[in-house]
Amino acid sequence: MPESGVEAVARMNMIQALNSGIRAVMESNPAVVVMGEDVGYFGGVFRVTEGLQKQFGEHRVFDTPIAEGGIVAAAIGMAVNGLRPIAEIQFADYVYPAYDQIVSELARIRYRSGGEFTAPVVVRMPCGGGIRGGQTHSQSPEALFAHVCGLKVVMPSNPYDAKGLLIASVETGDPVIFLEPKRLYNGPFDGDPHKPAVTWNAHPKGEVPDGLYRVPLGKAEIVRPGTDVTVVAYGTLVHVALAAVEQMGIDAEVIDVRSIMPLDTATIVGSVKKTGRCVIAHEATRFAGLGAELSATLQEECFWHLEAPIQRVTGWDTPYPLAFEWEYFPGPKRVIAALQAVLDPEPT
Amino acid sequence: MNNKPHLHVPHPPARPGEKPDFSYVSLSPAGAVARPDPLSQARDIEFLALELVRVLGDDHRATGPWNPHLDAERLREGLRVMVLTRIYDDRMLNAQRQGRITFYMKSTGEEAVAVAAGMALDPADMLFPSYRVQGLHLLRGVGTVNLMCQLLSNTRDMCKGRQLPVMYHSAEKRLFSISGNLATQVPQAVGWAMASQIKGETSIAATWTGEGSSAEADVHYAMVFASAYRAPAIINIVNNQWAISTFQGIAGGLGPSFAARGLGFGIPGIRVDGNDFLAVYAATKWAADRARRGHGATVIELVTYRAAAHSTSDDPSRYRPKDEVTAWPLGDPIDRLKKHLVALGEWSEEQHEALVKECEEHVRSSWEEACSYGTMNDGPRPDPLTMFDDVYGEMPPHLRRQRDQLARERG
Repeated sequence: MPESGVEAVARMNMIQALNSGIRAVMESNPAVVVMGEDVGYFGGVFRVTEGLQKQFGEHRVFDTPIAEGGIVAAAIGMAVNGLRPIAEIQFADYVYPAYDQIVSELARIRYRSGGEFTAPVVVRMPCGGGIRGGQTHSQSPEALFAHVCGLKVVMPSNPYDAKGLLIASVETGDPVIFLEPKRLYNGPFDGDPHKPAVTWNAHPKGEVPDGLYRVPLGKAEIVRPGTDVTVVAYGTLVHVALAAVEQMGIDAEVIDVRSIMPLDTATIVGSVKKTGRCVIAHEATRFAGLGAELSATLQEECFWHLEAPIQRVTGWDTPYPLAFEWEYFPGPKRVIAALQAVLDPEPT
Repeated sequence: MNNKPHLHVPHPPARPGEKPDFSYVSLSPAGAVARPDPLSQARDIEFLALELVRVLGDDHRATGPWNPHLDAERLREGLRVMVLTRIYDDRMLNAQRQGRITFYMKSTGEEAVAVAAGMALDPADMLFPSYRVQGLHLLRGVGTVNLMCQLLSNTRDMCKGRQLPVMYHSAEKRLFSISGNLATQVPQAVGWAMASQIKGETSIAATWTGEGSSAEADVHYAMVFASAYRAPAIINIVNNQWAISTFQGIAGGLGPSFAARGLGFGIPGIRVDGNDFLAVYAATKWAADRARRGHGATVIELVTYRAAAHSTSDDPSRYRPKDEVTAWPLGDPIDRLKKHLVALGEWSEEQHEALVKECEEHVRSSWEEACSYGTMNDGPRPDPLTMFDDVYGEMPPHLRRQRDQLARERG
């Protein structure tokens, strides 16, 4: 909940909420700077940094060359020199030139220097599909970062969390990979592309306080309490899971992971011990994805409470194909099939 | 004539058993290269990237417009740190050969590219070193005991047992943590320099990378960013002719020099005799002056020769002539500065011998002290449970569980 002293609450979509979050940390901390491709005068291709250069000046909000490796490297150097850079990678799909700087440098500077140097950089990147982006504008690479020790990895599913998690990320002191599911920028999405688009206007998490507040890293949220089965999801799949559960009319507990690293294992394990059944849903590919880690952890922690094998709902292990986007996307049908399988497992 | 298309693969002039040939290294006489105003446009001073800035002549006298006119005290200080670096390197190589440390990398023959450049910078300037400029650490007073404790991964290791030997750092002395991944520090230095400007400070950043690793995209990123934002940074490319077994032509290609790499970005390049203490000092001062006055970065190519093996895991006799170092046209940086001081009447063989003895004794007693804080084989050992510290600022629950598990394993 908002801290005391925060009065005004406004209706925002996720883009506006992120913009409001960046604005709030920039106002409170003069060390915060924003950098990335098209983030300055133009305000970013998704408009997340709109108006920030005008308010804070070009020394604190500036365009960079199209060089993701350079963006992250420069941000590291700036952080070592006392700044708190928020670096935007225009699409998560473009992050790979920066992978060495993120994995070998950003993630390990505190560790390898015995704690003498730190690089508190937030690397923001829009991720996920459902926007006709094809295989170079739809990826969800969170597992590639969750596997790297030293990084925190965050993926919000709504405007309120997006702002609070972003502020917490800037303040945490550790490097954070901040993934923004771009299909959720303008509204929640239940996985049915044929329905008219919904905005955040009617959604309770579209109410966003104006000032500074935090959603703590490392804390999952139970977005729908229930007893029949646990659905663990994050990003776009939170909304798909809720729609699937509603359609089935079951009393499922739906957990929004929010913070992939550190992972709130306690909340997830507690829920699965209660329900005895679990479906894990993410948009990223299946093999060695987050679902594998969650599933392994759950069988270690909850084996004797399980009534059925854990099911994973994911994107297929193929690149994200443009023309078959909705056959690829793990929509409600795939979630329902998995829920049915855990609720009524076939006897062997 | 065979006109069939074929791939051109560059090769060095001499391999083992062949006569060393450094005719490809273009030289300029000492004092021959003009010293332009440090605020000149890069396009007006392209000659600096192609010629070779030298101050010390064959007569061991300083000559020409780049003569920094350092007083004898400063010169003796430079000589002292270079001699200390060489003796430290020799002793640590022996320690590795004796199995006391796991790995080592010498900077023999390249001491000036660290020490002279470091002396030309302010203590508040931030340095982003590669793994072969340990003269910087000795110059800035990190201390031989501290460096040795890092090599030993012992209870006083600054890296807490987490880094390969030679990957030093010192926040206090403004020496950034060395990475084993090459050239990553170059664009980081530019980012540091950008932050200095954002904060309205006058400190600049300097970084060192090899001519081989200058092929990494990171160096291109560094130059694009340094150019766009006029970052007050000095990008040193240490051209020591060899990247393990790969000669400089593989990274250099058709380029006229590594210094010229900056020109396409509007960044001036200076090609400098890297074994000439005075020339390295003067070029660094020129670049630092330019940076501090808001005119941005400079690329300095330091032409030198890697007299030692790449590392203790390397045997250069397998890929280059054994006597190549004797044919190197730019001599040895310590020998040249020593002879210059002698020519000035400010140094003698006796004094030099005494300096060598003093450094040997210092390194010997430092080693003794460092070993008293633990070695690989005996003495105190850092607590393995500290391996879980500093992954994050605050230890997350999964790491606490793993630390507890290791504690149980250890009984």
